[in-house]
Amino acid sequence: MTPAVEFIHTSRHFGAVRAVDDVNLAVKPGEFFAMLGPSGSGKTTCLRLIAGFEQPTGGEIKIFGEPAGGVPPYRRNVNTVFQDYALFPHMSILDNVAYGLMVKGVDRQTRYREAEKALELVKLPGYGSRKPGQLSGGQRQRVALARALVNKPRVLLLDEPLGALDLKLREQMQEELKTLQRSLGITFIFVTHDQGEALSMADRVAVFNNGKIVQAGTPEEIYKRPQSRFVADFVGSSNVISPEAMQRMGGKAEWASLRPEAIRLVAEGGVPAQTLVSNFLGSTTRLSVEAEGVRLHVMLPAGERVPEPGETVRLGWNPADVHYMDGAA
Amino acid sequence: MRSDRHTASPALKIAAIGGLLFLHLPILLIFAYAFTTEEKSYQWPPPGFTLKWFGVAWERPDVWQALTLSLKVGAIATAIALVLGTLAAAAVSRSKFFGREAISLLVILPIALPGIITGIALRSAFSILDIPFSMWTIILGHATFCVVVVYNNAVARFRRTSGSLIEASYDLGADGFQTFRHVILPNIATALLAGGMLAFALSFDEVIVTTFTGGQQSTLPIWMLEELIRPRQRPVTNVVAMIVVLATFLPILAAYYLTRDGDQIAGGGK
Amino acid sequence: MSTATSNSAVLEGRSGITARLSDLFWRRPNLLLILMLSPPLLWLGIIYIGSLLSLLAQSFFSIDEFSGLIVYEFTLSTYKQLLLASNFDIILRTVAMATLVTVASAIIAFPIAYYAARYAHGKWKALFYLGVMLPLWSSYLVKIYAWKLILAKEGILTWGFEQLHLTWLLEGILSLPVIGGNSLSVSYLGTFIVFVYIWLPYMILPTQAALERVPSNLIEAAGDLGATPNQTFRTVLLPLALPGVIAGSIFTFSLTLGDYIIPQIIGSSRLFIGQAVYTQQGTAGNVPLAAAFSVVPILIMAVYLWAAKKKGAFDAL
Repeated sequence: MTPAVEFIHTSRHFGAVRAVDDVNLAVKPGEFFAMLGPSGSGKTTCLRLIAGFEQPTGGEIKIFGEPAGGVPPYRRNVNTVFQDYALFPHMSILDNVAYGLMVKGVDRQTRYREAEKALELVKLPGYGSRKPGQLSGGQRQRVALARALVNKPRVLLLDEPLGALDLKLREQMQEELKTLQRSLGITFIFVTHDQGEALSMADRVAVFNNGKIVQAGTPEEIYKRPQSRFVADFVGSSNVISPEAMQRMGGKAEWASLRPEAIRLVAEGGVPAQTLVSNFLGSTTRLSVEAEGVRLHVMLPAGERVPEPGETVRLGWNPADVHYMDGAA
Repeated sequence: MRSDRHTASPALKIAAIGGLLFLHLPILLIFAYAFTTEEKSYQWPPPGFTLKWFGVAWERPDVWQALTLSLKVGAIATAIALVLGTLAAAAVSRSKFFGREAISLLVILPIALPGIITGIALRSAFSILDIPFSMWTIILGHATFCVVVVYNNAVARFRRTSGSLIEASYDLGADGFQTFRHVILPNIATALLAGGMLAFALSFDEVIVTTFTGGQQSTLPIWMLEELIRPRQRPVTNVVAMIVVLATFLPILAAYYLTRDGDQIAGGGK
Repeated sequence: MSTATSNSAVLEGRSGITARLSDLFWRRPNLLLILMLSPPLLWLGIIYIGSLLSLLAQSFFSIDEFSGLIVYEFTLSTYKQLLLASNFDIILRTVAMATLVTVASAIIAFPIAYYAARYAHGKWKALFYLGVMLPLWSSYLVKIYAWKLILAKEGILTWGFEQLHLTWLLEGILSLPVIGGNSLSVSYLGTFIVFVYIWLPYMILPTQAALERVPSNLIEAAGDLGATPNQTFRTVLLPLALPGVIAGSIFTFSLTLGDYIIPQIIGSSRLFIGQAVYTQQGTAGNVPLAAAFSVVPILIMAVYLWAAKKKGAFDAL
């Protein structure tokens, strides 16, 4: 099947800065794809390359099999939801949403009808006559979404779409975006630095660092089997253990990650550790301990006795749960 | 002064309000003189008040000629300044290129250097090139120093217009011209209007450069200058002065209201 | 919108000249940049810089004393003439006036700027802003004319002194050497007052802008650390406002240096640089000397701007 978006040895260098460096990537049609990474890792530049705001300095990009080189953004059937929403302040909401149809020469009646429909889709029916300044952040976000979707793009790009929203709204929008994507069947590519958001929403995730993709896979793969220390560190709450410490704990002399919920407290044997502090999280309690000079997190199920700070405990785990990986940070 | 946010000391208040009065009272005085019955001197208090000088000024062809020329020069110079200033501002704002600073300096220079230097420089260039003085030589000079006010207003507005708006327009399928017409122009329109009004006010009032670039032609300020040096009918000058004050207040107020959320009225100077 | 093209990932290029131009500019952004820059650059570069250079060139020529024609040969003799006592006096007189006007403007402007920046809010703030803006933009000649009315022997100021029975004071001031004269409108004092009046708004605006940038918690911090209001003013506020005052002084100084109309209408018959340029190129017909004279304010301002830049005044503009 032709990928929706394909990067083939694509690079974007700004002078000596390698914002995107020899990236290979194939996003499947209809997929909800997340680009995850710290700021400056190249994920936003990748998005801009797809939208056409940047041109690759090396390699190429194909959109549904068609080479995108030299195609200006206004001739790509790809739309973007901008981080700051970029709603036109001088236009009403309806005109904002109808803008894409207007510049394509769609007649007034049709484009307003389509715009109204798009507003209904994002649950803002009847807001058309307001100005962007009169809406809340969450509402503006929905308008930006409607303005992009009304063009029926083959690919929708979302640049940190939920970054400016507060927690509750963010969780609600995460669900809505996911539902919307399923029902429309459009390929969504979204950029985020929030690993929780990426893991919970995406079908697949690409983790970026220094202009390269360091790992791509399903959220579960990324979470359970990080291929490098960087991914383990960035993606999660996983315990990252150095080769020396791992060896002293009875494992191989390699970098390893061990998920907190895989560690249990045992009565005998195991690895001795010093309790540092405990955090009550509701259904679980997160215990911080120090073993062999490494600080580890342990998840205690509710109901289990919580050791006092300073108390010595013994840690046990199934060796199969230890995930060895590349040491690159 | 410790209670900075609450009240000012009386001395400060008096100094501040006194300063403002110092700025405004002389202009108000013009209004009183426009109605005086005294013809030969600047006698205060006026011996009596009359409206007849408005009629006399109305009948004077030289005033009308000067006014017409000033309006023409102002309109054409403003139009040129609008085009040049907007182009320069757009170029400087849209990309970082070598020599941006130099362009800002070049635009500001005609107003930063004393007007007499701009004036005499243009005059010597005209005489070297054998260009006869006309309305167009006046316009040439005015447009040169009017560019800066349009430029400053446009640059300030471009800076406030987020770059992602333009990208959003491209993204939604608008090409360069459509983006200019539907997004850029509506966003900078009020700044251009304000810049244009200030440019017009600047041109309408300019006298120093004009004395060098105008030949036998009199703009309104040149007419006033002649009346100041060799008064012919003082009350007519009083009336014209008052009308000029009123006429310049309107564009300034309008420019203020057009740009007050954010931009300052940029530029200035004679 | 379910046509075949809209479903393709890359849309067909639209036909028409604007669409094709758009594509061209998109592919070659530098072409667009050059097209945008060339009209203003050509205008200012050729007309304005060209004129300035031609003026500069003239200052290196001289005038033949007998024929009155310009001798197109490189010489520094015109510049030497500037050092003649009569010409040098003009320069000194102008620089002294510009300095005094700048100092006086700074002193009068500061309370207005301070009040507007720190105490005026809402409507009052707008009122102060317009209160400075309107005189700034009012007709320059009308303002001078207003002062001619005020300072005239029969004008409102003389009348005011009479009403207050202070005529002796006015006469005392006018009888002072150098600054006095027959009436205020033909004295240096009159010239000085009008200069200060006309350029004052140029001092207020940058000073106010600089004061507005001083965060109010800084002042509270100084007070909190035990500084008296006077100490706070001297050690915190004044140093932070200084770049604004210097920025304002660029205007007041430069504008006074180059003005020739104010001293011509209100003042004694002794010349300032601007008047010297005007008479040399006009009635005297000595364009090289006029050009040399006009280089003087350019040089002074270049030095002044260089010094101001070191003090960080440009950030306050």
